[in-house]
Amino acid sequence: MIARLVPGDLRLRLIAAFVLVACLSQLSHLPVAGAALAVLAVASLGRVPLRRLRHVEGFVLLLFVMLPFTLPGTPLLTLGPLEMSREGLARAALLACKVLASALVLLAFLGAVEPARLGAALHALRLPEPLVRIFALTPRYLALIRDEIRRLREAMRARGFRPGTNRHSWRSYGNLIGMVILRALDRARRVDEAMRCRGFTGRFPHAALPRPGLRDWRGVVLTAGLGVVLVLADRG
Amino acid sequence: MAHIPDGILAAPVLIGGAAIAAAGIGLALRRLDDRAILRTALLSAAFFAGSLISVPMGPSSVHLLLSGLMGIMLGSGAFVAVLVGLVLQVVLFGFGGLTTLGVNTVNIALPGVIAGMVLGPPIRRAVRPGQRAALAALAGGGSVLATGGMVALCLWLSSSDYMPIARVMLATYLPLALAEAAITATVIGFLARVEPEALAPEVR
Repeated sequence: MIARLVPGDLRLRLIAAFVLVACLSQLSHLPVAGAALAVLAVASLGRVPLRRLRHVEGFVLLLFVMLPFTLPGTPLLTLGPLEMSREGLARAALLACKVLASALVLLAFLGAVEPARLGAALHALRLPEPLVRIFALTPRYLALIRDEIRRLREAMRARGFRPGTNRHSWRSYGNLIGMVILRALDRARRVDEAMRCRGFTGRFPHAALPRPGLRDWRGVVLTAGLGVVLVLADRG
Repeated sequence: MAHIPDGILAAPVLIGGAAIAAAGIGLALRRLDDRAILRTALLSAAFFAGSLISVPMGPSSVHLLLSGLMGIMLGSGAFVAVLVGLVLQVVLFGFGGLTTLGVNTVNIALPGVIAGMVLGPPIRRAVRPGQRAALAALAGGGSVLATGGMVALCLWLSSSDYMPIARVMLATYLPLALAEAAITATVIGFLARVEPEALAPEVR
């Protein structure tokens, strides 16, 4: 179902995802946020790798666990010196709904973006040229650099390196990162020379993107509409 | 570790963060010529790849921010490197945030840029390796602690209800700061031995 919402055109997809997430992040009533999460969860069932939602930042977890106990209000349950309040629990639930719903939108809209296409889309959205060039180059070389790291770590393991919480491990990781940086700088020089040899004039020739079709526009309108409806329901 | 997801911060904090991030990136872009753009792009890739390494820390593990290192090697270009890293994280792994891109960029990059401005020149001038290592450790560890302070500030500005949590959260940054200080000192020492000119943000 969510496939109907997601515009195929990357430019519009970025805009649609941003609008919907911006609306979701400003909800302040639990029933509305809960409904939004339910709608998005049902719509993206089987479409989104839910496994990826398991990643939660440490301090967000801290927020969910601590809010019920630190927010004063009607006591609900007492655990030794700790008192859980109804208000705190509701607040934690609201935040959890909003964080999860936003994460679902990110996964559904941006989970399948090829990083190599970002440059062209950001160019079409009129970001400054130097920034677009960096967005086009970085993902291209990221894969190579990650491979380099993998090889270096394999070599470390082959020599009997066992990571732990000690100075030797930190020094080894420092040398690994230093080596990777050194190779990246060398590569920057070589790529610069190669680009000059091929007559680079300071501008990337981005292929013109096809015009967004009716389906793409419908996706943006539906997505933004969902966001606006949610915000209105929240206010009213 | 320092990535605030969507759905937690108040609108004024998000907008303020985006405005500061845009100013920082504008400043960085004005100083970039063709060769510096390539260097920034490749280093952004290297820093992002480096931050994906999980470093064991007691029973758990941490991911480095490398922001102090970015500040020393890229100057204000660290704003760009952090933004690119955060965007790639959303696209490749589906976590992070869209509305919080600005806030997260500022929280991570600004301490690094300041560390690079203040500690970069003495690090490049340092003759004794011990002195250089101490300054580099200060840049790395200090940037991480400052980032923790800024994340706490963002939470507190969004709602004073978050304050007790922000205090506890700050304590969780201490182990990361320790690892970051030790590793930044090694990286800087390595580069100073092998290719000292790599430590300067300008391309000659």
